Amino acid sequence: MISQFFVLSQRGDNIVFRDYRGEVQKGSAEIFFRKVKFWKEDGEEEAPPVFNVDGVNYFHVKVVGLLFVATTRVNVSPSLVLELLQRIARVIKDYLGVLNEDSLRKNFVLVYELLDEVVDFGYVQTTSTEVLKSYVFNEPIVVDAARLQPLSPASIFMQGTKRMPGTAVTKSVVANEPGGRKREEIFVDIIEKISVTFSSSGYILTSEIDGTIQMKSYLTGNPEIRLALNEDLSIGKGGRSIYDYRSSTGSGPVILDDCNFHESVRLDSFDMDRTLSLVPPDGEFPVMNYRMTQEFKPPFRINTLIEEAGPLKAEVIIKISAEFSSSITANTIVVEMPVPKYTTRVSFALDPGAVGQRTDFKEPNKKLEWGLKKIVGGSEHTLRAKLTFSQESHGNITKEVGPVNMTFTIPMYNASKLQVKYLQIAKKSSTYNPYRWVRYVTQANSYVARI
Amino acid sequence: MAPPAQSQRSPSPSQPSGKGEVSDLKSQLRQLAGSRAPGVDDSKRELFKKVISYMTIGIDVTSVFGEMVMCSATSDIVLKKMCYLYVGNYAKVNPDLALLTINFLQRDCKDEDPMIRGLALRSLCSLRVANLVEYLVGPLASGLKDNNSYVRTVAVIGVLKLYHISASTCIDADFPLTLKHLMLDDPDPQVVANCLSALQEIWSSEASTSEEAAREREALISKPVIYHLLNRIKVFSEWAQCLVLELVAKYLPSDSNDIFDIMNLLEDRLQHANGAVVLATIKVFLHLTLSMTDVHQQVYERIKAPMLTLVSSGSPEQSYAVLSHLHLLVMRAPFIFASDYKHFYCQYNEPSYVKKLKLEMLTAVANESNTYEIVTELCEYAANVDIPIARESIRAVGKIALQQYDVNAIVDRLLQFLEMEKDYVTAEALVLVKDLLRKYPQWSHDCIAVVGSISSKNVQEPKAKAALIWMLGEYSQDMHDAPYILESLIENWDDEHSADVRLHLLTAVMKCFFKRPPETQKALGAALAAGLADFHQDVHDRALFYYRLLQYDVSVTERVVNPPKQAVSVFADTQSSEIKDRIFDEFNSLSVVYQKPSYMFTDKEHRGPFEFSDELGNLSIVAESADNGVPSQRVEANDKDLLLSTSEKEESRGTTYNGSAYSAPLYDGSSASFPAADTQSELAISSTTAAGNAPSSSLAIDDLLGLGLPATPAPAPPPPSLKLKSKAVLDPSAFQQKWRQLPISLSQEFSMSPQGVAALTTPQALLRHMQADSIYCIASGGQSPNFKFFFFAQKAEESSNFLVECIINTSTAKAQIKIKADDQSSSEAFSDVFQSALSKFGVP
Repeated sequence: MISQFFVLSQRGDNIVFRDYRGEVQKGSAEIFFRKVKFWKEDGEEEAPPVFNVDGVNYFHVKVVGLLFVATTRVNVSPSLVLELLQRIARVIKDYLGVLNEDSLRKNFVLVYELLDEVVDFGYVQTTSTEVLKSYVFNEPIVVDAARLQPLSPASIFMQGTKRMPGTAVTKSVVANEPGGRKREEIFVDIIEKISVTFSSSGYILTSEIDGTIQMKSYLTGNPEIRLALNEDLSIGKGGRSIYDYRSSTGSGPVILDDCNFHESVRLDSFDMDRTLSLVPPDGEFPVMNYRMTQEFKPPFRINTLIEEAGPLKAEVIIKISAEFSSSITANTIVVEMPVPKYTTRVSFALDPGAVGQRTDFKEPNKKLEWGLKKIVGGSEHTLRAKLTFSQESHGNITKEVGPVNMTFTIPMYNASKLQVKYLQIAKKSSTYNPYRWVRYVTQANSYVARI
Repeated sequence: MAPPAQSQRSPSPSQPSGKGEVSDLKSQLRQLAGSRAPGVDDSKRELFKKVISYMTIGIDVTSVFGEMVMCSATSDIVLKKMCYLYVGNYAKVNPDLALLTINFLQRDCKDEDPMIRGLALRSLCSLRVANLVEYLVGPLASGLKDNNSYVRTVAVIGVLKLYHISASTCIDADFPLTLKHLMLDDPDPQVVANCLSALQEIWSSEASTSEEAAREREALISKPVIYHLLNRIKVFSEWAQCLVLELVAKYLPSDSNDIFDIMNLLEDRLQHANGAVVLATIKVFLHLTLSMTDVHQQVYERIKAPMLTLVSSGSPEQSYAVLSHLHLLVMRAPFIFASDYKHFYCQYNEPSYVKKLKLEMLTAVANESNTYEIVTELCEYAANVDIPIARESIRAVGKIALQQYDVNAIVDRLLQFLEMEKDYVTAEALVLVKDLLRKYPQWSHDCIAVVGSISSKNVQEPKAKAALIWMLGEYSQDMHDAPYILESLIENWDDEHSADVRLHLLTAVMKCFFKRPPETQKALGAALAAGLADFHQDVHDRALFYYRLLQYDVSVTERVVNPPKQAVSVFADTQSSEIKDRIFDEFNSLSVVYQKPSYMFTDKEHRGPFEFSDELGNLSIVAESADNGVPSQRVEANDKDLLLSTSEKEESRGTTYNGSAYSAPLYDGSSASFPAADTQSELAISSTTAAGNAPSSSLAIDDLLGLGLPATPAPAPPPPSLKLKSKAVLDPSAFQQKWRQLPISLSQEFSMSPQGVAALTTPQALLRHMQADSIYCIASGGQSPNFKFFFFAQKAEESSNFLVECIINTSTAKAQIKIKADDQSSSEAFSDVFQSALSKFGVP
């Protein structure tokens, strides 16, 4: 049960504000914003998603730079409220196509209309875009997606590869396209976030894949869909067997530690043939979340070398090797490395003929940053950086630097080898043949090499 | 149509331009009000949007109320909705204007379109104006009977809204009863869910005044209702499922078949993608199996994977909520999670509130098989650029060292920290080495060698400085430079801002003096002189005490300052096991995230819609055959509370008292429970008898060493001056109510006599004994070694009540009491009466 819901811009302006129960004072948005902005409790620099000020509990999630906030005086389930906030953001995105400050401001009346149906007197009524359709009458005012910064997680598909129909994922579920008829299509995205920690000797200390099969359906008439996954997929540690060691080479079965499913998913034949069947509701939703700690081949190797070059100087060499097929290209790669506090100047040298790369020394937080627009599979890239210190380093310089952290996105690549073998749509007629898009993408979550 | 530009710049309600614009809007609205021209609805929409946008950013647009209402006569549903929103927002502060809207809302409630009926009814109930409630009853009654489920869902919540505006109107119209029938009969799951929400709120708040409501509230968790809801669990929305599951967690199963039926039914809920559903299910599983130890453990094993999946999927905020719960479970049963330690490794970009939780979990799960890897990982974080996390990591290493048997390797790592030459690392490491030495004096040789090489000039943080000074004093015979370092510190006495450091300096120089008199004499003199001149009371007093003690007898002083040491076995836990159990009882609530039970951060009425129990609420009180007219009842249900805490209670037993023998900086004596004459402290006491009466002198020393222990009164209480009524009567519900209302006026823990413990084989035995002292039991429960009682007594001359919660652990021979009293000033006196009565128990 929540008392108020509001959305604040990055500067703290109310974009929408709905008071459901009148139990929390009206100035709560201001109190909240001040608290979050100047958070300095327990030496933490960032406010936790839930905190209490004078008996009022504030919950917030950050979505595309906006703060979605709920308040209550009651000792409620934090998961429920945070999940709800996230879900409200998703419903709004389904309606508006693009979720950002501009689209929210343009459509705030529609958002109020949604909020009235989603929550009544603090109790959640429904968060299903499908159900809401029959209660909500405002037409969304669509903002031009192309003009905007890509913000939604799905917008990663717009960069790099031409094969993706980029505009489709920013399409409103309810608004009709200018042409009049809606295009019948369905998107299935397999999004994997990978976390790898390499030891200083390059050995993998920990690795994990957190994946989501996300679906966004624009099909009319809610046909049933069957989604077939790898037949040799197994779940749970019990499934781990003699194949355990072969898996890291790429063939062999996919073994998930655990997974969960969206409500609409029926698992009747899952145990038999690894097929999920569902009638997808409108809008975007995760069909399945999974987690895998089975070993896999990491897409990048990072080699770092640090050498002292005189009393006030040191040289850092970072080499990145892309260990995936040359038909695949990673994009928006950023490599960063903290350097000693007493570093005053850094000069960089890139590979001869390097294009689309940038280097930077972030003086205030003493970090090297190396950005690469893209990396083609099989290639290698090197950065040399000469550091100048204001004082002599005492002892071991490797204790003062690192670890190297890397972020990247690799479209059409998935580390887990989990696949959607086919996507079957129950046919309404022989001419009915909607567009189906199955897309893979891998992103770095925490990709760290220690020194 | 975006909100006006200037409003984006400043959200302040006192904008100078706001007024003009509002009056402009007003005249435009007036023009449109009567118009029937084509396209007028579109212009109205634009104007309405403007009004709503002003409202959002806090500009007062109440002045257009009349015009808004006039314009609302329309068939355009979008317009209607905006108008409803506006009216709902302002009606409360403008009750007169709200009256204007009643007419059109009532008319809309009879519209043929169910959507309009629902909307109008919702708005009507949202007006929050007390003198309009008479207009609500009729539309609500027909709304509850409406054949459209949307209207019914709205009407059910409408009843709750009415209750909050005027409880009596709601009750008089018999709405709760109607909701009860709807909850059991309505085909629409959302109607059922809303009935459940509404009834929980209404009956919970009525229960304090009406027994019938209390019964109804209990009936919600009766088997038929629970099964009725559980059998339909899958037709509910995920949010309604959470609601039902919360209710089920309150249910007391009749037997183990009952438990397994429910668990089998809910098994697949653990695979739900919504974390709230999964956590609610886990709560049910945990609570159902509390009394079945082996199954309870299986539940932990079962829920591990789903929780870890939730932690790693979803937004950082959601994963934090789940992680907090995982943290709670890991702390309760670390051994179950020992093999999953890698999941608790910190990731590069995690916020520090997540990293903190993970560090604590890593510390908790460390055991013989994984310690090496965990400590290696933690040492990586210690070099981290994120300083708060680096500090936490070092502390974590220290904690692991303190809880392990083989600390060899860890000690080496800690000593390496000292060599890293980063100020904060050195500071944290010093504090840890100090703690380590208190537990493992055998390591002193290695540690001292390293500590001795640290220059005291590089140590600035008070905690670390105090630790260093303590080591200098304690190991002055092994540290060559000790007297000279102390001397130089004393020279800078006036620059030392922390009183704590100065206190330690005094004690350290005293210790050093007895080990190396010639080298220290000068420093001691300087320290005592500086101490006597110190403006800080504690520092002054301690210096004076040492001075006089030395004057009195040097050999006695030595025994006081340097008594034989006893190694600390377990350090005191910062949170009592009772608090931890409370938090566990409140699983899947904010209590877990805040790591505090709800009473610490919420008002009574906001503990949660599901908060049924408070102390007694959960006990089903069964009247026993009362032998002499005194109500005496037995607890049936609250055993879980007692059972649960057993293990931890035993753990904390060792923590009670080691202060007097082994004083050291930062030992937070006040958090340890302090028994007046604990056997463990005898060692120290016997060595200090010369200073006077045994227990009180040991207390004095503690105080001087800055332990801040409470000065407990002398063991023999004065003869009770309080007279209690011999035939006191208080019925259980009155007790319950009082227990809720009154604050705790006294909370104590003390030891029981061995005879008393021996006599306490069943709760009944104690009940009869206490009756003889006019203290009556209202509820009791538990089994050996944990018993819990609720007693009450009344003053002889006036009707002033004392309520007592008493928890007795027979294995530790400890009793904890909490006293609440109508007249708080006499609760001390009553406590004495109570304790003396209890002390006579079992004495022939």
